[in-house]
Amino acid sequence: MLRFLLSRLVSTLVVVLGVVTLVFLLIHLVPGDPIEVMLGESAQPTDRAALRQALGLDQPLLQQWLHYVGQLLQGDLGMSLHSREPISALLAARIPATVQLALASLLVAVSVALPLGSLAALHKDSAWDHAAMSFALIGVSVPHFWMGPLLILFFSLWLGWLPVSGHEEPLSLVLPALTLGTALAAILARMVRATLLDVLSEDYIRTARAKGLSAQAVVLHHALRNAALPLITILGLQLGTLLGGAVITEIIFAWPGLGYTLVESIQRRDYPVVQACMLLISLTYVLVNAATDVVYGWLDPRIRLS
Amino acid sequence: MSGLRWSIIGPGLILAIWLSAALLGPWLGLHPNDIALPRILEGPSWAAWLGYDDLGRALADRLLLGARTSLLVALQVISISLVLGTLIGAVSAWFGGLTDRIIVHLIDVFLAFPGILLAIALSGLLGPGLSNVVIALSCVGWVGYARLARAQTLSLKQQAHVRAALALGASTPRILRWHVLPLLWTPLVVEATFGVAGLIIAEAGLSFLGLGVQPPTPSWGSMLRDGTAYMLIAPHLVIVPGFALMAVVLAINLLGDRLRDYLDVKMSRPRAAAASQT
Repeated sequence: MLRFLLSRLVSTLVVVLGVVTLVFLLIHLVPGDPIEVMLGESAQPTDRAALRQALGLDQPLLQQWLHYVGQLLQGDLGMSLHSREPISALLAARIPATVQLALASLLVAVSVALPLGSLAALHKDSAWDHAAMSFALIGVSVPHFWMGPLLILFFSLWLGWLPVSGHEEPLSLVLPALTLGTALAAILARMVRATLLDVLSEDYIRTARAKGLSAQAVVLHHALRNAALPLITILGLQLGTLLGGAVITEIIFAWPGLGYTLVESIQRRDYPVVQACMLLISLTYVLVNAATDVVYGWLDPRIRLS
Repeated sequence: MSGLRWSIIGPGLILAIWLSAALLGPWLGLHPNDIALPRILEGPSWAAWLGYDDLGRALADRLLLGARTSLLVALQVISISLVLGTLIGAVSAWFGGLTDRIIVHLIDVFLAFPGILLAIALSGLLGPGLSNVVIALSCVGWVGYARLARAQTLSLKQQAHVRAALALGASTPRILRWHVLPLLWTPLVVEATFGVAGLIIAEAGLSFLGLGVQPPTPSWGSMLRDGTAYMLIAPHLVIVPGFALMAVVLAINLLGDRLRDYLDVKMSRPRAAAASQT
Protein backbone atom coordinates (compact mmCIF):
# COMPACT_ATOMS: atom_id res chain seq x y z
CA MET A 1 0.00 0.00 0.00
CA LEU A 2 2.83 2.40 0.88
CA ARG A 3 4.55 1.76 -2.44
CA PHE A 4 1.28 2.35 -4.28
CA LEU A 5 0.71 5.59 -2.36
CA LEU A 6 4.25 6.79 -3.07
CA SER A 7 4.08 6.04 -6.79
CA ARG A 8 0.73 7.84 -7.03
CA LEU A 9 2.15 10.80 -5.11
CA VAL A 10 5.14 11.10 -7.44
CA SER A 11 3.09 10.88 -10.63
CA THR A 12 0.57 13.39 -9.27
CA LEU A 13 3.39 15.79 -8.39
CA VAL A 14 4.81 15.50 -11.91
CA VAL A 15 1.40 16.29 -13.41
CA VAL A 16 0.88 19.22 -11.00
CA LEU A 17 4.27 20.65 -11.95
CA GLY A 18 3.39 20.20 -15.62
CA VAL A 19 0.05 21.95 -15.19
CA VAL A 20 1.72 24.86 -13.39
CA THR A 21 4.30 25.15 -16.19
CA LEU A 22 1.69 25.06 -18.92
CA VAL A 23 -0.41 27.71 -17.17
CA PHE A 24 2.73 29.79 -16.65
CA LEU A 25 3.52 29.58 -20.38
CA LEU A 26 -0.03 30.66 -21.33
CA ILE A 27 0.76 34.34 -20.99
CA HIS A 28 3.59 33.96 -23.51
CA LEU A 29 1.09 32.71 -26.09
CA VAL A 30 -0.53 36.13 -26.34
CA PRO A 31 0.39 37.36 -29.81
CA GLY A 32 2.74 40.35 -29.74
CA ASP A 33 3.55 42.04 -26.47
CA PRO A 34 1.24 40.89 -23.64
CA ILE A 35 1.89 44.15 -21.79
CA GLU A 36 0.66 46.17 -24.76
CA VAL A 37 -2.41 43.93 -25.11
CA MET A 38 -3.25 44.30 -21.42
CA LEU A 39 -2.71 48.05 -21.11
CA GLY A 40 -3.80 49.14 -24.57
CA GLU A 41 -1.80 51.14 -27.10
CA SER A 42 -2.24 54.48 -25.42
CA ALA A 43 -0.45 53.47 -22.22
CA GLN A 44 2.49 55.51 -20.97
CA PRO A 45 5.94 53.93 -21.44
CA THR A 46 6.57 54.24 -17.69
CA ASP A 47 3.35 52.34 -16.89
CA ARG A 48 4.35 49.62 -19.33
CA ALA A 49 7.79 49.30 -17.79
CA ALA A 50 6.24 49.17 -14.32
CA LEU A 51 3.80 46.38 -15.24
CA ARG A 52 6.51 44.50 -17.10
CA GLN A 53 8.62 44.62 -13.99
CA ALA A 54 5.72 43.77 -11.66
CA LEU A 55 4.88 40.68 -13.71
CA GLY A 56 8.57 39.85 -14.07
CA LEU A 57 8.30 39.75 -17.87
CA ASP A 58 11.67 41.54 -18.21
CA GLN A 59 13.48 38.55 -16.70
CA PRO A 60 14.77 35.46 -18.54
CA LEU A 61 12.13 32.74 -18.93
CA LEU A 62 13.67 30.32 -16.42
CA GLN A 63 13.91 33.07 -13.81
CA GLN A 64 10.26 33.97 -14.43
CA TRP A 65 9.24 30.35 -14.01
CA LEU A 66 11.17 29.95 -10.74
CA HIS A 67 9.61 33.16 -9.45
CA TYR A 68 6.12 31.99 -10.47
CA VAL A 69 6.49 28.61 -8.77
CA GLY A 70 8.03 30.24 -5.70
CA GLN A 71 5.10 32.62 -5.37
CA LEU A 72 2.58 29.81 -5.82
CA LEU A 73 4.26 27.81 -3.06
CA GLN A 74 3.64 30.76 -0.75
CA GLY A 75 -0.01 30.82 -1.81
CA ASP A 76 0.49 34.08 -3.69
CA LEU A 77 -1.46 34.17 -6.97
CA GLY A 78 -0.52 37.77 -7.80
CA MET A 79 -2.65 40.88 -8.26
CA SER A 80 -5.62 41.44 -10.54
CA LEU A 81 -4.83 44.10 -13.15
CA HIS A 82 -8.45 45.16 -13.27
CA SER A 83 -9.49 45.45 -9.64
CA ARG A 84 -5.97 45.74 -8.11
CA GLU A 85 -7.00 43.17 -5.50
CA PRO A 86 -5.01 40.08 -4.56
CA ILE A 87 -6.25 37.29 -6.84
CA SER A 88 -6.48 34.80 -3.98
CA ALA A 89 -9.10 36.98 -2.24
CA LEU A 90 -10.95 37.49 -5.53
CA LEU A 91 -11.15 33.77 -6.26
CA ALA A 92 -12.00 32.84 -2.68
CA ALA A 93 -15.16 34.94 -3.06
CA ARG A 94 -16.07 33.08 -6.26
CA ILE A 95 -15.35 29.49 -5.21
CA PRO A 96 -18.53 28.88 -3.14
CA ALA A 97 -20.84 29.60 -6.10
CA THR A 98 -19.04 27.08 -8.32
CA VAL A 99 -19.02 24.45 -5.55
CA GLN A 100 -22.78 24.97 -5.03
CA LEU A 101 -23.45 24.60 -8.75
CA ALA A 102 -21.22 21.52 -9.07
CA LEU A 103 -22.80 19.75 -6.09
CA ALA A 104 -26.36 20.56 -7.16
CA SER A 105 -25.66 19.33 -10.71
CA LEU A 106 -24.07 16.19 -9.36
CA LEU A 107 -27.18 15.59 -7.27
CA VAL A 108 -29.40 16.05 -10.33
CA ALA A 109 -27.18 13.78 -12.41
CA VAL A 110 -26.91 10.95 -9.89
CA SER A 111 -30.57 10.96 -8.93
CA VAL A 112 -31.58 10.74 -12.58
CA ALA A 113 -28.85 8.40 -13.83
CA LEU A 114 -28.88 5.79 -11.09
CA PRO A 115 -32.56 4.74 -11.35
CA LEU A 116 -32.60 5.22 -15.12
CA GLY A 117 -29.41 3.22 -15.76
CA SER A 118 -30.45 0.45 -13.34
CA LEU A 119 -33.88 0.18 -14.92
CA ALA A 120 -32.31 -0.08 -18.35
CA ALA A 121 -29.84 -2.75 -17.24
CA LEU A 122 -32.40 -4.83 -15.35
CA HIS A 123 -34.83 -4.78 -18.27
CA LYS A 124 -32.32 -4.95 -21.09
CA ASP A 125 -33.81 -4.50 -24.58
CA SER A 126 -37.22 -3.59 -23.13
CA ALA A 127 -39.10 -0.38 -23.81
CA TRP A 128 -37.60 1.02 -20.58
CA ASP A 129 -34.12 0.34 -21.87
CA HIS A 130 -34.81 2.00 -25.21
CA ALA A 131 -36.39 5.03 -23.57
CA ALA A 132 -33.50 5.43 -21.12
CA MET A 133 -30.87 5.10 -23.83
CA SER A 134 -32.73 7.52 -26.11
CA PHE A 135 -32.69 10.03 -23.26
CA ALA A 136 -28.96 9.40 -22.85
CA LEU A 137 -28.28 9.96 -26.54
CA ILE A 138 -30.33 13.16 -26.71
CA GLY A 139 -28.84 14.36 -23.41
CA VAL A 140 -25.28 14.22 -24.73
CA SER A 141 -26.31 15.86 -28.00
CA VAL A 142 -27.93 18.96 -26.52
CA PRO A 143 -25.22 21.53 -25.73
CA HIS A 144 -25.40 23.47 -22.45
CA PHE A 145 -25.66 26.75 -24.32
CA TRP A 146 -28.90 25.66 -25.96
CA MET A 147 -30.41 23.80 -23.02
CA GLY A 148 -29.83 26.79 -20.69
CA PRO A 149 -31.57 29.41 -22.83
CA LEU A 150 -34.44 26.97 -23.58
CA LEU A 151 -35.00 26.38 -19.86
CA ILE A 152 -34.96 30.14 -19.27
CA LEU A 153 -37.44 30.62 -22.09
CA PHE A 154 -39.91 28.05 -20.71
CA PHE A 155 -39.60 28.29 -16.95
CA SER A 156 -38.67 31.94 -16.49
CA LEU A 157 -40.04 33.92 -19.40
CA TRP A 158 -43.17 31.98 -20.38
CA LEU A 159 -44.20 30.34 -17.10
CA GLY A 160 -42.55 32.83 -14.75
CA TRP A 161 -41.77 30.15 -12.17
CA LEU A 162 -38.03 30.66 -11.76
CA PRO A 163 -35.59 33.58 -11.91
CA VAL A 164 -33.84 34.17 -15.25
CA SER A 165 -30.35 34.44 -13.82
CA GLY A 166 -28.29 35.65 -10.90
CA HIS A 167 -27.39 34.22 -7.52
CA GLU A 168 -29.64 36.06 -5.07
CA GLU A 169 -32.29 33.49 -4.11
CA PRO A 170 -32.10 29.71 -3.62
CA LEU A 171 -34.45 29.17 -6.59
CA SER A 172 -31.79 30.66 -8.89
CA LEU A 173 -29.83 27.45 -8.51
CA VAL A 174 -32.52 25.27 -10.12
CA LEU A 175 -32.06 26.10 -13.81
CA PRO A 176 -28.22 26.14 -13.86
CA ALA A 177 -28.15 22.82 -11.98
CA LEU A 178 -30.65 21.29 -14.43
CA THR A 179 -28.64 22.59 -17.41
CA LEU A 180 -25.36 21.18 -16.16
CA GLY A 181 -26.86 18.10 -14.53
CA THR A 182 -28.85 16.77 -17.50
CA ALA A 183 -25.86 16.26 -19.78
CA LEU A 184 -23.96 14.58 -16.96
CA ALA A 185 -27.01 12.42 -16.16
CA ALA A 186 -27.05 11.27 -19.79
CA ILE A 187 -23.39 10.21 -19.69
CA LEU A 188 -23.76 8.57 -16.29
CA ALA A 189 -26.96 6.67 -17.14
CA ARG A 190 -25.10 4.92 -19.95
CA MET A 191 -22.25 4.04 -17.65
CA VAL A 192 -24.52 2.82 -14.84
CA ARG A 193 -26.23 0.56 -17.38
CA ALA A 194 -22.96 -0.82 -18.79
CA THR A 195 -21.37 -1.37 -15.36
CA LEU A 196 -24.50 -3.00 -13.94
CA LEU A 197 -24.82 -5.30 -16.99
CA ASP A 198 -21.19 -6.36 -16.40
CA VAL A 199 -21.82 -7.08 -12.74
CA LEU A 200 -25.12 -8.88 -13.39
CA SER A 201 -23.34 -11.47 -15.54
CA GLU A 202 -20.96 -12.39 -12.68
CA ASP A 203 -21.08 -15.80 -11.02
CA TYR A 204 -21.90 -14.45 -7.56
CA ILE A 205 -25.10 -12.91 -8.90
CA ARG A 206 -26.15 -16.27 -10.26
CA THR A 207 -25.28 -17.83 -6.90
CA ALA A 208 -27.32 -15.21 -5.05
CA ARG A 209 -30.25 -15.88 -7.35
CA ALA A 210 -29.85 -19.64 -6.99
CA LYS A 211 -29.95 -19.23 -3.22
CA GLY A 212 -33.46 -17.93 -3.72
CA LEU A 213 -32.81 -14.29 -2.81
CA SER A 214 -35.44 -11.84 -4.00
CA ALA A 215 -34.61 -9.86 -7.11
CA GLN A 216 -34.60 -6.72 -4.98
CA ALA A 217 -32.03 -8.13 -2.55
CA VAL A 218 -29.82 -9.30 -5.40
CA VAL A 219 -29.83 -5.90 -7.06
CA LEU A 220 -29.46 -3.81 -3.92
CA HIS A 221 -26.98 -5.88 -1.91
CA HIS A 222 -24.99 -7.69 -4.57
CA ALA A 223 -25.16 -5.89 -7.88
CA LEU A 224 -25.30 -2.18 -7.01
CA ARG A 225 -22.74 -2.59 -4.25
CA ASN A 226 -20.20 -4.10 -6.58
CA ALA A 227 -21.02 -1.64 -9.33
CA ALA A 228 -20.43 1.27 -6.94
CA LEU A 229 -16.63 1.13 -7.15
CA PRO A 230 -16.19 1.54 -10.90
CA LEU A 231 -18.99 4.11 -10.88
CA ILE A 232 -17.17 6.28 -8.35
CA THR A 233 -14.07 6.28 -10.56
CA ILE A 234 -16.17 7.23 -13.56
CA LEU A 235 -17.74 10.01 -11.55
CA GLY A 236 -14.26 11.32 -10.68
CA LEU A 237 -13.32 11.37 -14.36
CA GLN A 238 -16.58 13.10 -15.26
CA LEU A 239 -15.71 15.93 -12.87
CA GLY A 240 -13.72 17.36 -15.80
CA THR A 241 -16.84 17.49 -17.97
CA LEU A 242 -18.68 19.06 -15.05
CA LEU A 243 -16.07 21.77 -14.46
CA GLY A 244 -15.73 22.51 -18.18
CA GLY A 245 -19.51 22.71 -18.60
CA ALA A 246 -19.74 24.91 -15.53
CA VAL A 247 -17.82 27.67 -17.37
CA ILE A 248 -20.48 27.97 -20.08
CA THR A 249 -23.39 27.41 -17.68
CA GLU A 250 -22.14 30.16 -15.36
CA ILE A 251 -21.98 32.57 -18.30
CA ILE A 252 -25.54 31.75 -19.41
CA PHE A 253 -27.01 32.33 -15.95
CA ALA A 254 -24.63 35.10 -14.79
CA TRP A 255 -23.68 32.74 -11.96
CA PRO A 256 -20.76 34.39 -10.12
CA GLY A 257 -18.39 31.40 -9.94
CA LEU A 258 -14.91 30.56 -11.21
CA GLY A 259 -16.01 29.96 -14.81
CA TYR A 260 -17.72 33.34 -14.94
CA THR A 261 -14.58 34.94 -13.54
CA LEU A 262 -12.46 33.15 -16.15
CA VAL A 263 -14.42 34.40 -19.15
CA GLU A 264 -14.86 37.86 -17.62
CA SER A 265 -11.09 38.11 -17.11
CA ILE A 266 -10.41 36.95 -20.67
CA GLN A 267 -12.63 39.77 -21.93
CA ARG A 268 -10.88 42.28 -19.64
CA ARG A 269 -7.45 40.94 -20.67
CA ASP A 270 -6.72 40.41 -16.99
CA TYR A 271 -4.31 37.56 -17.73
CA PRO A 272 -3.02 36.87 -14.20
CA VAL A 273 -6.62 36.13 -13.14
CA VAL A 274 -7.10 33.89 -16.20
CA GLN A 275 -4.00 31.94 -15.19
CA ALA A 276 -5.15 31.61 -11.59
CA CYS A 277 -8.61 30.34 -12.61
CA MET A 278 -7.09 27.76 -14.95
CA LEU A 279 -4.73 26.63 -12.23
CA LEU A 280 -7.42 26.31 -9.60
CA ILE A 281 -9.89 24.41 -11.81
CA SER A 282 -7.37 21.98 -13.31
CA LEU A 283 -5.60 21.29 -10.00
CA THR A 284 -8.95 20.50 -8.38
CA TYR A 285 -9.59 18.02 -11.17
CA VAL A 286 -6.12 16.44 -10.83
CA LEU A 287 -6.33 16.14 -7.06
CA VAL A 288 -9.86 14.69 -7.04
CA ASN A 289 -8.80 12.07 -9.57
CA ALA A 290 -5.66 11.22 -7.63
CA ALA A 291 -7.80 10.85 -4.50
CA THR A 292 -10.32 8.59 -6.31
CA ASP A 293 -7.40 6.50 -7.54
CA VAL A 294 -6.00 6.08 -4.05
CA VAL A 295 -9.41 5.22 -2.55
CA TYR A 296 -9.99 2.71 -5.30
CA GLY A 297 -6.56 1.15 -4.72
CA TRP A 298 -7.23 1.01 -1.00
CA LEU A 299 -10.56 -0.75 -1.52
CA ASP A 300 -9.47 -3.04 -4.33
CA PRO A 301 -6.07 -4.71 -3.89
CA ARG A 302 -5.99 -5.82 -7.54
CA ILE A 303 -5.49 -2.18 -8.59
CA ARG A 304 -2.59 -1.35 -6.32
CA LEU A 305 -0.71 -4.57 -7.02
CA SER A 306 -0.88 -4.39 -10.81
CA MET B 1 -35.88 -4.28 -39.72
CA SER B 2 -37.48 -1.16 -41.13
CA GLY B 3 -36.90 0.52 -37.75
CA LEU B 4 -33.23 -0.22 -38.05
CA ARG B 5 -33.13 1.10 -41.58
CA TRP B 6 -34.82 4.36 -40.54
CA SER B 7 -32.34 4.80 -37.72
CA ILE B 8 -29.68 5.01 -40.43
CA ILE B 9 -31.63 6.89 -43.12
CA GLY B 10 -32.88 9.61 -40.73
CA PRO B 11 -29.48 10.68 -39.37
CA GLY B 12 -27.92 10.10 -42.81
CA LEU B 13 -30.35 12.57 -44.34
CA ILE B 14 -29.57 15.20 -41.68
CA LEU B 15 -25.84 14.78 -42.26
CA ALA B 16 -26.32 14.98 -46.03
CA ILE B 17 -28.17 18.30 -45.65
CA TRP B 18 -25.51 19.61 -43.30
CA LEU B 19 -22.67 18.58 -45.62
CA SER B 20 -24.29 19.98 -48.76
CA ALA B 21 -25.08 23.27 -47.02
CA ALA B 22 -21.49 23.44 -45.79
CA LEU B 23 -19.89 22.54 -49.11
CA LEU B 24 -22.24 24.36 -51.50
CA GLY B 25 -23.13 27.32 -49.22
CA PRO B 26 -21.19 30.05 -51.03
CA TRP B 27 -22.69 29.05 -54.40
CA LEU B 28 -26.33 28.93 -53.30
CA GLY B 29 -26.87 32.66 -53.85
CA LEU B 30 -27.45 33.34 -50.14
CA HIS B 31 -27.41 36.80 -48.62
CA PRO B 32 -26.31 36.28 -45.00
CA ASN B 33 -25.26 39.91 -44.51
CA ASP B 34 -28.07 41.74 -46.32
CA ILE B 35 -29.93 43.92 -43.84
CA ALA B 36 -33.69 44.42 -44.14
CA LEU B 37 -34.39 47.10 -41.53
CA PRO B 38 -38.22 46.88 -41.59
CA ARG B 39 -38.01 43.14 -40.88
CA ILE B 40 -35.85 43.21 -37.73
CA LEU B 41 -36.71 40.30 -35.37
CA GLU B 42 -39.59 39.22 -37.64
CA GLY B 43 -40.66 35.62 -37.05
CA PRO B 44 -40.84 32.82 -39.62
CA SER B 45 -43.16 33.50 -42.55
CA TRP B 46 -43.82 32.29 -46.11
CA ALA B 47 -41.36 34.81 -47.52
CA ALA B 48 -38.55 34.04 -45.07
CA TRP B 49 -39.04 30.54 -43.68
CA LEU B 50 -36.92 31.08 -40.55
CA GLY B 51 -37.49 34.78 -40.00
CA TYR B 52 -35.00 37.59 -39.41
CA ASP B 53 -32.44 38.35 -36.70
CA ASP B 54 -31.80 41.45 -34.58
CA LEU B 55 -30.08 43.24 -37.47
CA GLY B 56 -32.72 42.24 -40.02
CA ARG B 57 -30.64 39.49 -41.66
CA ALA B 58 -32.36 36.35 -42.98
CA LEU B 59 -31.89 33.56 -40.44
CA ALA B 60 -32.15 30.74 -42.99
CA ASP B 61 -29.22 32.10 -45.02
CA ARG B 62 -27.09 32.51 -41.92
CA LEU B 63 -28.02 29.05 -40.69
CA LEU B 64 -26.94 27.41 -43.96
CA LEU B 65 -23.62 29.27 -43.98
CA GLY B 66 -23.11 28.53 -40.29
CA ALA B 67 -22.97 24.87 -41.31
CA ARG B 68 -19.86 25.74 -43.32
CA THR B 69 -18.13 27.27 -40.29
CA SER B 70 -18.76 24.19 -38.16
CA LEU B 71 -17.59 21.79 -40.88
CA LEU B 72 -14.48 23.85 -41.69
CA VAL B 73 -13.41 23.98 -38.06
CA ALA B 74 -14.19 20.31 -37.40
CA LEU B 75 -12.32 19.07 -40.49
CA GLN B 76 -9.24 21.21 -39.91
CA VAL B 77 -9.00 20.34 -36.22
CA ILE B 78 -9.51 16.62 -36.90
CA SER B 79 -6.80 16.52 -39.57
CA ILE B 80 -4.27 18.48 -37.52
CA SER B 81 -4.82 16.61 -34.28
CA LEU B 82 -5.01 13.23 -36.01
CA VAL B 83 -1.65 13.68 -37.79
CA LEU B 84 0.05 15.30 -34.81
CA GLY B 85 -1.36 12.86 -32.26
CA THR B 86 -0.59 9.76 -34.32
CA LEU B 87 2.97 10.93 -34.95
CA ILE B 88 3.64 11.73 -31.29
CA GLY B 89 1.97 8.56 -30.01
CA ALA B 90 3.68 6.23 -32.48
CA VAL B 91 7.13 7.78 -31.96
CA SER B 92 6.65 7.63 -28.19
CA ALA B 93 5.79 3.93 -28.17
CA TRP B 94 8.38 3.03 -30.80
CA PHE B 95 11.42 4.58 -29.12
CA GLY B 96 10.30 3.90 -25.55
CA GLY B 97 12.65 4.85 -22.71
CA LEU B 98 13.05 8.49 -21.76
CA THR B 99 11.25 9.82 -24.88
CA ASP B 100 8.23 7.71 -24.03
CA ARG B 101 8.22 8.73 -20.40
CA ILE B 102 8.40 12.44 -21.23
CA ILE B 103 5.60 12.15 -23.78
CA VAL B 104 3.39 10.13 -21.42
CA HIS B 105 3.79 12.82 -18.77
CA LEU B 106 3.03 15.50 -21.38
CA ILE B 107 -0.17 13.64 -22.31
CA ASP B 108 -1.10 13.40 -18.62
CA VAL B 109 -0.58 17.14 -18.18
CA PHE B 110 -2.85 17.98 -21.12
CA LEU B 111 -5.47 15.54 -19.83
CA ALA B 112 -5.38 17.36 -16.49
CA PHE B 113 -7.30 20.25 -18.03
CA PRO B 114 -11.02 19.61 -18.23
CA GLY B 115 -11.92 19.35 -21.95
CA ILE B 116 -13.22 22.69 -23.15
CA LEU B 117 -11.41 24.69 -20.44
CA LEU B 118 -7.99 24.72 -22.13
CA ALA B 119 -9.62 25.58 -25.46
CA ILE B 120 -11.44 28.52 -23.83
CA ALA B 121 -8.24 29.86 -22.28
CA LEU B 122 -6.16 29.34 -25.43
CA SER B 123 -8.61 30.97 -27.81
CA GLY B 124 -9.15 33.73 -25.26
CA LEU B 125 -5.44 34.49 -25.15
CA LEU B 126 -4.77 34.02 -28.87
CA GLY B 127 -7.71 36.28 -29.72
CA PRO B 128 -10.86 35.46 -31.69
CA GLY B 129 -10.88 34.24 -35.29
CA LEU B 130 -11.32 31.02 -37.25
CA SER B 131 -7.63 30.05 -37.34
CA ASN B 132 -7.15 30.65 -33.62
CA VAL B 133 -10.18 28.47 -32.86
CA VAL B 134 -8.58 25.73 -34.96
CA ILE B 135 -5.24 26.13 -33.14
CA ALA B 136 -6.89 26.10 -29.71
CA LEU B 137 -9.02 23.03 -30.40
CA SER B 138 -6.10 21.16 -32.02
CA CYS B 139 -3.95 21.84 -28.94
CA VAL B 140 -6.60 19.99 -26.93
CA GLY B 141 -7.49 17.41 -29.57
CA TRP B 142 -4.13 15.74 -30.32
CA VAL B 143 -3.95 14.15 -26.86
CA GLY B 144 -6.66 11.54 -27.37
CA TYR B 145 -5.20 10.36 -30.67
CA ALA B 146 -1.67 10.28 -29.22
CA ARG B 147 -2.84 8.05 -26.38
CA LEU B 148 -4.64 5.68 -28.74
CA ALA B 149 -1.77 5.59 -31.26
CA ARG B 150 0.73 4.91 -28.49
CA ALA B 151 -1.28 1.99 -27.10
CA GLN B 152 -1.74 0.53 -30.59
CA THR B 153 1.93 0.91 -31.52
CA LEU B 154 3.02 -0.73 -28.27
CA SER B 155 1.13 -3.88 -29.19
CA LEU B 156 2.10 -3.73 -32.89
CA LYS B 157 5.77 -3.50 -31.92
CA GLN B 158 5.60 -7.07 -30.62
CA GLN B 159 4.00 -8.54 -33.72
CA ALA B 160 5.85 -10.93 -35.98
CA HIS B 161 5.77 -8.88 -39.17
CA VAL B 162 7.29 -5.85 -37.42
CA ARG B 163 10.01 -7.93 -35.78
CA ALA B 164 10.73 -9.59 -39.11
CA ALA B 165 11.13 -6.19 -40.75
CA LEU B 166 13.48 -5.16 -37.93
CA ALA B 167 15.51 -8.33 -38.35
CA LEU B 168 15.79 -7.65 -42.07
CA GLY B 169 17.40 -4.34 -41.19
CA ALA B 170 14.62 -2.01 -42.38
CA SER B 171 15.03 1.61 -41.24
CA THR B 172 12.78 3.00 -38.49
CA PRO B 173 10.90 5.48 -40.71
CA ARG B 174 10.32 2.69 -43.22
CA ILE B 175 8.90 0.33 -40.60
CA LEU B 176 6.69 3.03 -39.11
CA ARG B 177 5.45 4.10 -42.53
CA TRP B 178 4.82 0.68 -44.10
CA HIS B 179 4.39 -1.77 -41.23
CA VAL B 180 2.91 0.17 -38.31
CA LEU B 181 0.93 3.12 -39.68
CA PRO B 182 -1.38 1.13 -42.01
CA LEU B 183 -2.54 -0.97 -39.05
CA LEU B 184 -2.91 2.02 -36.73
CA TRP B 185 -5.14 3.89 -39.08
CA THR B 186 -8.53 2.18 -38.71
CA PRO B 187 -9.23 2.66 -34.96
CA LEU B 188 -7.93 6.22 -35.18
CA VAL B 189 -10.24 7.12 -38.03
CA VAL B 190 -13.21 5.57 -36.19
CA GLU B 191 -12.28 7.66 -33.13
CA ALA B 192 -12.03 10.75 -35.34
CA THR B 193 -15.52 10.20 -36.72
CA PHE B 194 -16.91 10.33 -33.18
CA GLY B 195 -14.73 13.37 -32.49
CA VAL B 196 -16.57 15.46 -35.09
CA ALA B 197 -19.67 15.72 -32.85
CA GLY B 198 -17.61 17.03 -29.94
CA LEU B 199 -15.81 19.52 -32.16
CA ILE B 200 -19.04 20.94 -33.59
CA ILE B 201 -20.23 21.61 -30.02
CA ALA B 202 -16.83 23.00 -29.03
CA GLU B 203 -16.69 25.44 -31.96
CA ALA B 204 -20.23 26.62 -31.26
CA GLY B 205 -19.38 26.87 -27.55
CA LEU B 206 -16.37 29.10 -28.20
CA SER B 207 -18.41 31.25 -30.57
CA PHE B 208 -21.17 31.41 -27.95
CA LEU B 209 -18.64 32.84 -25.49
CA GLY B 210 -17.53 35.37 -28.12
CA LEU B 211 -14.16 33.67 -28.52
CA GLY B 212 -14.84 32.01 -31.87
CA VAL B 213 -15.28 33.30 -35.40
CA GLN B 214 -15.78 37.03 -35.76
CA PRO B 215 -18.87 38.79 -37.10
CA PRO B 216 -20.22 38.94 -39.70
CA THR B 217 -19.17 35.31 -40.37
CA PRO B 218 -22.15 33.23 -39.25
CA SER B 219 -21.64 30.51 -36.65
CA TRP B 220 -24.44 28.61 -34.90
CA GLY B 221 -22.82 29.43 -31.57
CA SER B 222 -22.69 33.19 -32.10
CA MET B 223 -26.21 33.18 -33.57
CA LEU B 224 -27.41 31.58 -30.33
CA ARG B 225 -25.47 34.11 -28.28
CA ASP B 226 -26.97 37.06 -30.18
CA GLY B 227 -30.43 35.47 -29.92
CA THR B 228 -30.44 35.13 -26.13
CA ALA B 229 -30.82 38.91 -25.79
CA TYR B 230 -34.15 38.85 -27.68
CA MET B 231 -35.54 35.60 -26.33
CA LEU B 232 -38.89 36.96 -25.15
CA ILE B 233 -39.81 38.79 -28.37
CA ALA B 234 -38.06 36.55 -30.93
CA PRO B 235 -37.58 33.02 -29.52
CA HIS B 236 -36.88 31.66 -33.01
CA LEU B 237 -33.41 33.25 -32.82
CA VAL B 238 -32.50 30.81 -30.04
CA ILE B 239 -34.59 27.81 -31.06
CA VAL B 240 -33.48 27.56 -34.69
CA PRO B 241 -29.64 27.50 -34.48
CA GLY B 242 -29.73 25.30 -31.36
CA PHE B 243 -32.02 22.83 -33.07
CA ALA B 244 -29.72 22.63 -36.09
CA LEU B 245 -26.77 22.04 -33.78
CA MET B 246 -28.57 19.30 -31.86
CA ALA B 247 -29.83 17.60 -35.02
CA VAL B 248 -26.35 17.32 -36.55
CA VAL B 249 -24.69 16.21 -33.32
CA LEU B 250 -27.46 13.69 -32.62
CA ALA B 251 -27.17 12.33 -36.16
CA ILE B 252 -23.41 11.82 -35.80
CA ASN B 253 -23.86 10.17 -32.40
CA LEU B 254 -26.59 7.86 -33.73
CA LEU B 255 -24.55 6.77 -36.72
CA GLY B 256 -21.48 6.44 -34.48
CA ASP B 257 -23.41 4.11 -32.20
CA ARG B 258 -24.51 2.02 -35.19
CA LEU B 259 -20.93 1.90 -36.45
CA ARG B 260 -19.63 0.87 -33.03
CA ASP B 261 -22.30 -1.86 -32.73
CA TYR B 262 -21.42 -3.06 -36.22
CA LEU B 263 -17.69 -3.22 -35.44
CA ASP B 264 -18.38 -4.88 -32.09
CA VAL B 265 -20.45 -7.58 -33.76
CA LYS B 266 -17.67 -8.25 -36.23
CA MET B 267 -15.06 -8.47 -33.50
CA SER B 268 -17.07 -10.68 -31.17
CA ARG B 269 -18.29 -13.09 -33.84
CA PRO B 270 -15.45 -15.67 -33.47
CA ARG B 271 -15.89 -15.66 -29.69
CA ALA B 272 -19.67 -16.07 -29.95
CA ALA B 273 -19.17 -18.95 -32.37
CA ALA B 274 -16.73 -20.61 -29.99
CA ALA B 275 -19.16 -20.16 -27.11
CA SER B 276 -22.04 -21.72 -29.01
CA GLN B 277 -19.97 -24.81 -29.69
CA THR B 278 -19.30 -25.57 -26.04
